[in-house]
This record gives sequence, structure tokens and C-alpha cells, in this order.
Amino acid sequence: MTASDQPSARISIGDLRGSPARRRRELTVRILFLAAASLSIVISLLIIVSLAGQAWTFISQVDLALIVERGWFPRRDLYSIQTIVAGTLTVATIGMLVAAPLGLGAAIYLSEYASSRVRRTIKPILEILAGIPSVVLGYFALQVISPTIVDPICPGATEGFNMAAAGIGVGILITPLIASVAEDAMYAVPGSLREASYGLGARKRTTSLKIVFPAAISGIVAALILGFSRGIGETMVVSIAAGATGGSLFTVNPCEPGQTMTAAMTALATGSDQVRGATLAFPSLFFVGLVLFVFTLVLNLVADRFVRSVRIRY
Amino acid sequence: MASTPRAQAMTGAEAVRRSIEGGRTDWRSVAFQGFLVLLLVLTLAVLAWLLVVVFVNGVPVLAERGADFLFSPLASRPAEAGVGQAIVGSLYLMLFVALISFPLGIGAAVYLEEYAHDSRFTRLINTIVRNLAGVPSIVYGLLGLAIFVVALADFTGGRSLLSGGLTMAILVLPIVIITSAEALRAVPGAIREAAFGVGATRWEVVRSHVLPYAAPGIFTGTILSMARAFGETAPLILVGAVVGGFNVEYDNILGTLQGRYTALPTTVYDWARKPPSFSGNVYAAIVVLIVVLLLVNALAIYLRNRFERRW
Repeated sequence: MTASDQPSARISIGDLRGSPARRRRELTVRILFLAAASLSIVISLLIIVSLAGQAWTFISQVDLALIVERGWFPRRDLYSIQTIVAGTLTVATIGMLVAAPLGLGAAIYLSEYASSRVRRTIKPILEILAGIPSVVLGYFALQVISPTIVDPICPGATEGFNMAAAGIGVGILITPLIASVAEDAMYAVPGSLREASYGLGARKRTTSLKIVFPAAISGIVAALILGFSRGIGETMVVSIAAGATGGSLFTVNPCEPGQTMTAAMTALATGSDQVRGATLAFPSLFFVGLVLFVFTLVLNLVADRFVRSVRIRY
Repeated sequence: MASTPRAQAMTGAEAVRRSIEGGRTDWRSVAFQGFLVLLLVLTLAVLAWLLVVVFVNGVPVLAERGADFLFSPLASRPAEAGVGQAIVGSLYLMLFVALISFPLGIGAAVYLEEYAHDSRFTRLINTIVRNLAGVPSIVYGLLGLAIFVVALADFTGGRSLLSGGLTMAILVLPIVIITSAEALRAVPGAIREAAFGVGATRWEVVRSHVLPYAAPGIFTGTILSMARAFGETAPLILVGAVVGGFNVEYDNILGTLQGRYTALPTTVYDWARKPPSFSGNVYAAIVVLIVVLLLVNALAIYLRNRFERRW
């Protein structure tokens, strides 16, 4: 170009920037989006502040000797955290005993054996199972699972309320989650690994179990951790099917009614409007919530690590 | 499909197996595959069992009560109690989710995918969003209880529809961000480059090129997150959805927003704790709940298949 011959026609930085109105609009939009993205930071800070504030009130006012008491009866000011933690772990473990084989079996089948047509049919059905509200599964656990499955194993289970039924209900709820995360991990294992295995004369079963499964192990571990975390945080199934709404003695016997952290919270909230009263019931709600939040946060962070290590490798 | 290398691997495996085994059947492999199929069938059978129990017990009640069940308010006698107020309450909650979480969630996703560079700040937000999605829903209930019900009581009216709606909106926000970000990521970079090449600004690129292409994915994600909110119970119990009968007519919007409310899953929970005479009502309400959710899910799957684009 010969534009440099005429200095007056030289393009300045200002010309390249476009119209000021356009730039202003650009900046406004950018700030709006940034604000929307930053909102998640605000939300997580609010969660931590609101939980920690009331939890501190609880810790500073409660008689700490009562926390190690063997029973959770907030109406009588007995706040034994270990009771509801034990209940939570019992229910979540039963849930995992149900969900881990079902979910992993479904995942191996869908990823390694199923034709793409079967995959396309089954995966939406699993999504529907994942979308069943937990309140529905809770009622199913109480009305159906408890009498048909749990009763023959635990004769005389009290009025249908027991931790085993709740645990099985939780297991059904987390099966699709485990199946979907584990299947994603195994499906992401490159075909060349399978081909190399077949090339050495390995069977499909050997390839699935000895090559694909170990290669996807971090994703599978992540699936199990996420499932456990979900089981710990599951509320409605336990609130409906595990009983012990008034409180519970320390127990890990699945045939007995029990109280989990989540169920203890709904019991406090529905018992009456006392939750807002002057007793420690209201702050205790937040203390339990904080314990639950820390449990699941740690599990989720660990699972996140595992998931990302799969993504980096393949 | 992306499974071509796998298909080749399978035919390769087939050939190797034939030549080595010479037609012998490997019973342990058959048993293993049978075991896997059994586990999958068991999972699906549980779903079928649940649906059969619910519909067999719920549909007769619905058939007998008809529209009366859908429009009657809560009541203490099972023959009179209906889900009218619960359905209205749930629809209001969905409105909150749509009006608050969708714009904020999609906006945040656009920022993370289209504007932000890979900075420490962006990675922090991404980690926070993923973890927020994994926080148990009842913890959001505690957040709503502390912030909306107690701290902002003058504004929200305490245990009100407004508190419940805002809590629900916060609950689904991370899910909306994650699904929208995925949809945006699926739009190929060439589309953006072409638009930048003809002099469009970033917002013009996003508005006229990226968002239209990502719309089906975003839409599917938002519908599914709405379905999630529709079935959510635990946080509503904490932020004061009414359990037990209530009968209030509100004639102005502020009264409705600051007044008491209930929702469909909350009603199911309440009836589930009542004497067995309510059992028919519980199943009927569950049928309503599940039918709505199945329709919404089917709509999302249909949209995804109809508008899915392969680049």
C-alpha cells in the first residue's frame, strides 16, 4: 500500500478500536457475565458463613460432654454426633453394597459388551431411574422393600422402619450415578489398548477385567466415591424409611430404625416450629449441616482429583 | 459414530478367538457375560418394579377422584385431600428457577467458556461450581433457612414462597452452569474465528453465532435441571414448605410471594408420614409427580436427538 505517502490518512489506534458505543456495550456485557460467574463464589461463601456461624453458637453453648453421649435426642438436649454419623455410615454402606455391583456391572456391560443400539436404549432408561425423586424411592423403600426384602432377613423389624430398607433405597438411587461415571471412564479407554490385548490372544473377558478396568480405575474409584458421597447426603429416603424421627440410640444394626445426619435435620425441621425457638435445636441443625458439608466436600474433592487424572491420561 | 476403532477391535477379537479356540465354547466367559447382563437386568427390573407398584396403587385413586384430586386443596381427610395447592406451589417454584437460575447460569457459563482466559480465578470458579453441584441439597435448605427465612425475614416474609423459590434457584444454578458450559464447549472454534474474521466483537460473536448453535444443548440442560428442582424435597422442608393442611387464598402478588406454600414432593412426604389410610393419596400424588417428570425428560431427550449436531 502507498498510504504512508500521505501522513494525514494514516490509520490510528483509535480507528481500529471501533465505535465508542460498541466498546461500551462490550464492556457492560463482559461485566454482567463476570458478575454472574462470580455469584458462585458468593454462594459458597454464604454457605460456609451461615453454617459456621450457627454451628459455632451450638458448640460454644452445648455441654460438650453431651456430644459423646450415646444417643441423639435433641428434644431432651442430647446431641450425640457419633450416633447420627454411625447411622449415616451404616445407611451409606448398605447403599454401596447394593449400588457398587449393580452400577459397575451395568457399566462394564454397556461399555465393553453392548452394541451401540443397546447402549442408546439403556442409557436414557438409566437416566430416568436417576431422575426418580428421592421422596418416591423413600416411600417405595418403606412400603415395598422393607416388607418383601428386609423382613425375611430381619424378623420383627419394627413397623417396617429400618436402616436396611433405607440403605437399599439409597443404593437404588445411586446405582445410575455410579454406572454413568464408571461407564464414561471405561468408554474413554482408547481402543488401541483393547486391540493390543486381543493381539496377544486375550479373551474379551480378560481384556475387560485385566486391561480396560485397570486402565479406567481412577474413574471407577471416582464413581464409587461420588456414589458414597451422594449416599451420605441423601435425605428423603432415610427420613421416610429409616424411622427414629424422635431420636435414636447409638446403633449400627441395619435391622433397627436409625437416624442419619440428614434425617436428623428434617426431623428437627418438621417436628414443630421449635426449630426457631430458643433451644439449641436450631443451631444444632447447622452444626450437623456443617459436619455433613465437610464430609461430602472432602469426598467430592477427592473424586474430582481422580476424574481429572483420567482426563489427563487419555 | 465414534466407535469405529472399537468395532474394528471387536472383529479382530472375533477372528483371533475363532482361530485359537477352534469353535470351543469358553463357559467362563459366557458365565461372566451372563452375570453382567443379570446385574443390568436387575437394575432395570427395580425401575420396572417401582413404576408398576406406583401405577397399580395410584391410578385407581386418580381414576376414582378424577380432576377433583388434581384441584382439591390439602385436607386432613384422605378422601378430600388433593394436590391442587401443591401443583400451583411447584409451578411457582419452577418460575423462580427459570427466571433466576437460567439467565445467571447461562451468563456464568458464557463468561467461563467465551470470555475468561485460563487463569487462576477461572479455575477457582470452575472448581467451586463443580463442588457446589455436589453439595447435598439439604445443605442448600440450611442456606435458605439462615439467609432468606431468618436474616432477610422482612423482605421474604420468613417461611414463604419467595424463600423457597430463591433457595431452589440457588440449588440448580451450578447444574445450569455445568450443562450450559458443556453445550458452549461443543461449538467448534472455527465458528467463532469466522465471526471474528469479519470484525464482530466478542459479544456479537457470542450472541449471533455461539449461542444459537449451543441453544439445543443449553435448552436440554436447563429442562433437566428444572426436572431436578421439581422433584427436590429436602431443602423445601427446611425453608418452610408447609407440611400438613393449609387453606389460604392470596389475592395479591406480594401476599402470594410472602405467604406460605407447599409443593408436590413435599406433599408426598407429608402424606407418607400419615396413617395408612393416606396410602392411596400418596401413590396418586407420586403418579402425578412421575408423569410430569417423565414428560419433561422425554421432551429433553427428544430435543437433544432432534437438534443434536455433529461437527
